[in-house]
Amino acid sequence: MKFLPDIAMFNEIRQMNIRQLFYQCLNFAMVVSSALMIWKGMMVITGSDSPVVVVLSGSMEPAFYRGDLLLLTNDHEDPVRVGDITVFKVEGREIPIVHRVIKVHEKSADNTKILTKGDNNQVDDRGLYAPGQLWLSRSDVVGRTKGLLPYVGMVTIIMNDYPKLKYAVLAFLGLFVLLHKEN
Amino acid sequence: MHNILNRANALLAFTLWVMAAVTAACFLSTVFLDYTVPTKLTVKDIKVRTIADYATDEQQADLATLSFNLNVDFTKVFNWNVKQLFVYLVAEYNSDNNAVNQVVLWDRIVERANRVVMDEVNVKPKYYFLDDGSNLLKHQNVTFVIRYNVIPNAGYLRLVQSTDQISVPFPTTYTTSRRS
Repeated sequence: MKFLPDIAMFNEIRQMNIRQLFYQCLNFAMVVSSALMIWKGMMVITGSDSPVVVVLSGSMEPAFYRGDLLLLTNDHEDPVRVGDITVFKVEGREIPIVHRVIKVHEKSADNTKILTKGDNNQVDDRGLYAPGQLWLSRSDVVGRTKGLLPYVGMVTIIMNDYPKLKYAVLAFLGLFVLLHKEN
Repeated sequence: MHNILNRANALLAFTLWVMAAVTAACFLSTVFLDYTVPTKLTVKDIKVRTIADYATDEQQADLATLSFNLNVDFTKVFNWNVKQLFVYLVAEYNSDNNAVNQVVLWDRIVERANRVVMDEVNVKPKYYFLDDGSNLLKHQNVTFVIRYNVIPNAGYLRLVQSTDQISVPFPTTYTTSRRS
């Protein structure tokens, strides 16, 4: 690896032979693919397209604060009932909403009227639904909150607020894995 | 090779490990506990009206008014991994339109610092008890029960139903007076 410039940062990699370099790259690929496998595996186990969400608003305070991480499941065998904290998508809104169910009228498993409300809000969610929409149906619900990890999602919020920091951290981590020699 | 970056990295990694272990211990130490408490609930002054309602298919729906007494002591539920309780009163019934109807009538957030013993008398519901049609009149089996959601500092969000539930027959005629 003599072609690399003679800078301290590249010292370790300059000492490697081609075999070690391949090993470093494979190691990097391993990290990326494990992360992907964990994510996809969680999707299979929980049945939810987004098994983990970060709380972005204060509408469920004091239960959930901004930056809390929620673990979701989406078991269709288990019907939605009042008191469940659902995560639902509304037409025309990009970001899913995390609110509690306060009313259920169920004709059958696939034909259910659901009404939600944020614990910290004064009124129910009809104003948040799509224009003319009075009820949610089971298919609008993408998951139900089963677990809570405080503060963990703060990392994502900071990264989203400062996109440059996100790229800086990603670049740093990538370089560290590639350049750092395993002992 | 113990430069400042290595040391900082090791310190951060170790801190994260310890915090994760403590959080996991906190979760494991409380996940198998029994969170049920007995409640004393009475429901009275039930009146049913029929009103125009845009959210039902028939544009007409039964609206029930009532008041209730509630006596419950949540002291036993609070441990080091309980941040707050979300306590709610549910009316549950079946009807010709729907196999399952559940309406939350009242709720309250109970935090650690609050009074965790409730002795509520003549409480009016916070939310309208509005049916999805006209099925509340003469209904013989509307069940009222207190449930609560235990919200932990970290871990499993549990829904608990209190041990006793009551079932009350509803009036057979509509109330026409304005006052509830």
